[in-house]
Amino acid sequence: MQQESSWILDSSLILVAAGTFLLAVSAAVVGSFTFLQKRSLVGDAVAHSILPGVAVAFLFSGTKDPWWLMLGALISGWLSLSLMDFLSRKTKLSQDTAIATVLSVFFGIGILLLTYIQHLESGHQSGLDQFLFGQAAAMKSQELWIYGGLALVLIVCTLIFFKEFKLLSFNPDFAQTLGLPVRGLRILMNSLMVLAIALGIQAVGVVLMAALLITPSAAARNFTDRLKAMIFIAALIAGFSALLGSAISFSAKGMPTGPWIVMCLSILALLSLFLAPKKGMLARMLLQRRHQQKINDENLLKAFYHYGERHANLAQWIRLSDLEEIRDFAEEEQSGALRRLIHKGHLLRKGEAFQFSRAGLDEARRVVRLHRLWEMYLSQRLRLKSDHIHPNAETMEHIISPEIEAQLLEELDYPDKDPHQSPIPYRS
Amino acid sequence: MSIEAFYIILTGALVAASSALLGSFLVLRRMAMLGDAISHAVLPGIVIAFLISGHRESLSLLIGAAASGLLATFLIELLHRKARLQEDASIGISFTWLFAIGVLLISAYTGQVDLDQECVLYGEIAYVPLDQISFGGLWTGPRPVLISATLFVLTLAYIIISFKGLKLLSFNEDHAKSLGIRTQVWHFSFMAMVSLVTVLAFEIVGAILIVALLVVPAATAFLWTRSLVPMLILAVALGIAASAGGYYLALGLNGSIAGAMVSVAGIFLAITVLLKVLVRKKA
Repeated sequence: MQQESSWILDSSLILVAAGTFLLAVSAAVVGSFTFLQKRSLVGDAVAHSILPGVAVAFLFSGTKDPWWLMLGALISGWLSLSLMDFLSRKTKLSQDTAIATVLSVFFGIGILLLTYIQHLESGHQSGLDQFLFGQAAAMKSQELWIYGGLALVLIVCTLIFFKEFKLLSFNPDFAQTLGLPVRGLRILMNSLMVLAIALGIQAVGVVLMAALLITPSAAARNFTDRLKAMIFIAALIAGFSALLGSAISFSAKGMPTGPWIVMCLSILALLSLFLAPKKGMLARMLLQRRHQQKINDENLLKAFYHYGERHANLAQWIRLSDLEEIRDFAEEEQSGALRRLIHKGHLLRKGEAFQFSRAGLDEARRVVRLHRLWEMYLSQRLRLKSDHIHPNAETMEHIISPEIEAQLLEELDYPDKDPHQSPIPYRS
Repeated sequence: MSIEAFYIILTGALVAASSALLGSFLVLRRMAMLGDAISHAVLPGIVIAFLISGHRESLSLLIGAAASGLLATFLIELLHRKARLQEDASIGISFTWLFAIGVLLISAYTGQVDLDQECVLYGEIAYVPLDQISFGGLWTGPRPVLISATLFVLTLAYIIISFKGLKLLSFNEDHAKSLGIRTQVWHFSFMAMVSLVTVLAFEIVGAILIVALLVVPAATAFLWTRSLVPMLILAVALGIAASAGGYYLALGLNGSIAGAMVSVAGIFLAITVLLKVLVRKKA
C-alpha cells in the first residue's frame, strides 16, 4: 500500500515536472524576442491582463476546460496589448503610464471577477486561484497534455520563423525594405507571446510570469553574442529551473511551485549578471582595473623617459621627487605602478633612485613613439593645429596596437621628429 | 448608509486620495512602472519585519518595507548601470525576484505570519470596521481609518511643502538643476513617500492594486487638464469617487472591494479616453 502510493506520487511528479519544463522552455524561447525588443514590462502587463479573460471564460462556459480558459486568456491578452498600443498612440499618456494603467485595471477587474466566482456556489472548487501564483502540482494529466502540446507548437513556430523574428527584433526598417510582411509578422510574434504567457501562468501564475519570459534571456545574454546560442542557453536555464522548482515544491509540503521556479531563475540570472566570464560585472570591473593599471604604468614610464630626455641622459638614476617637474601623480597610483614596473623588470631600484632596465627603456620608447607618431598623423593627415593634438595622443598612446603602429609608420614614412620637433624614439 | 459602509468608503477614499496626489507626479515623471515595481518589492520586507516583531501594527513593518523598497531601487540601478542590463529587464527581474521571496516566506511561515497570499492580492478593506481602536474614551473607531487619515495628512503636507520642487522636477529637471535646486533630495523624498503609501495601503487594498490607485485616477485627470493644480484636485476627486463606487459595485457582485474600486477607476479612464478620442474625431 505504502509502495503503491509513493509510486503514484512519483509518476505524477514526472508528469508535472515534464509539463512545467515545457511551459518554461517555451516561455523562455518566445521571451527572448520580448527581451530583445525591450518589452519586458509589456509582457508583465499582458500576464496580469489575462486574469479577467480566464475568469470570464469560466463564467461563460461554467467549466475549467483548458480550451475555454486558453481562449479567454488569448482574447484578453490581445485586448490588453491593443489597448496599451492605442493609449500610447492616441492619447497623451506616455507608454509607461499606458502599461501601468492597463495592467492594474485589468488585474483589478480580474480580482473582482475571481472573488465574485469564489462566492458563487459553483465557484468553490473552481481552482481558478492557481492562476495567481501557479499550481503546476494541481494540474490534471489531460490539462498537462494540452498545455505541453501547445508549448511544443510554440517552440516549433518560433524556430520556423527564427530568421524573420531576428530581423524584426534587431532592425525592423531593414526587414521592411527587404519586403517582409512586417505587420503580419508582428501580429504573429505578439500572438506567440500572448500564448506563451497564457501557458506559462499555469506554472508560475500571473504575478510572476514576467520572470519566466525575460529572466532566462537576461541570464543567457552574458554567455554569448549569438542569438541562437542565447536562446538555447535561456531554454536550458528555464528548463533546469522548472525541474528544480517542481522538485522543491513537491518535497516541501505547502510550497508553491511558481515562486520556487522564479527563485531558481533569478538566482541563476544574478549569478550570470555578476559572475559570467568576460561580460559579467566582476569580469568587466577586473578588466577595467587592468586597463587602468596599464595606463598608469605607461604614464609613469613615460615620465621617467621625459625626465631623462630633458636632461639628455636616459641612463641616469632618477628620484621620484625629480618627476614633479614632469607631471603630478596621485600618490597611490604612482606607488602601485612603481611596484609593478619593478616587478616586471622595467625599472631598477637603488635606494630612493630608479633607472631604466633595457626592456624598460624599450617599453618607454614604445609609448613615447606611439604618442608622437599619433601627433604626427593628426597634424599631417587630419590637418589639426599642433596645439590641439596632445590630449588626443595622451589617450591613443595606450590603445594603438602593433599592427596600427606599423601602418602609421608606413603611412608617415618613418618620421624623425614630431610636430613639436621632439625626436621620435625608435628601438635601439 | 451604515456606519460600517461609511468607514470602509472613508478608508478607501483617504488611501485613494493620498495615492492620487503622489501618483500624479509619477505619471508626469513617466515613472508609473517604477511605482509598480516598488509595490511588489516591499513584500519580503513586510514579511520579515512581521516575523521579527510578531505583530502588524508596529513601526517595524514600515522599516522593513522601506528597507526592501530601497533594496529594490538599489538592485534595479545596480543591474542597469553596473551589470549593463537594459532598464525594463532590470525592473522586471528585480521585482519578480523580491515578490517571489515574499510569497515563499509567507508559505514557509504560514501560521506564524498573520498574512496570506489573498491578503497580499486583495487587501482586507472589508474588515476595516472590525479592527477597533480607542484613545482613552476620547475617540473610538477603526484603526485603518486612523492610519489612512494620518497618511492623507502626511501626504498633503508633503505635497504642499515640496510643491515647487516637485513641479520643477516633473517638468524640467535640467532647469531645476541649473537653478541650483538639489533634485536628488526631491527625488528621494518623493520615492520615500511613494513607498510609505504603498506600505500603509498594503493591508487595505493589497500590494498590486495600490498601483492602480496611484496611476489610474492621475492618468485620467491628466487627460482632462493641462495645469497641475486642477489635475491634482481632479485626481483626488476621481480616487474618492472610485472608492464609493467600488464599495457599492462590490456589494452588488459580492466580490473584492479593492478590485471593484480599481474597476470603477478603470471605467472613469475608459469613458475619458472614449470622449477625448470622439471629440478629436469630430474636430
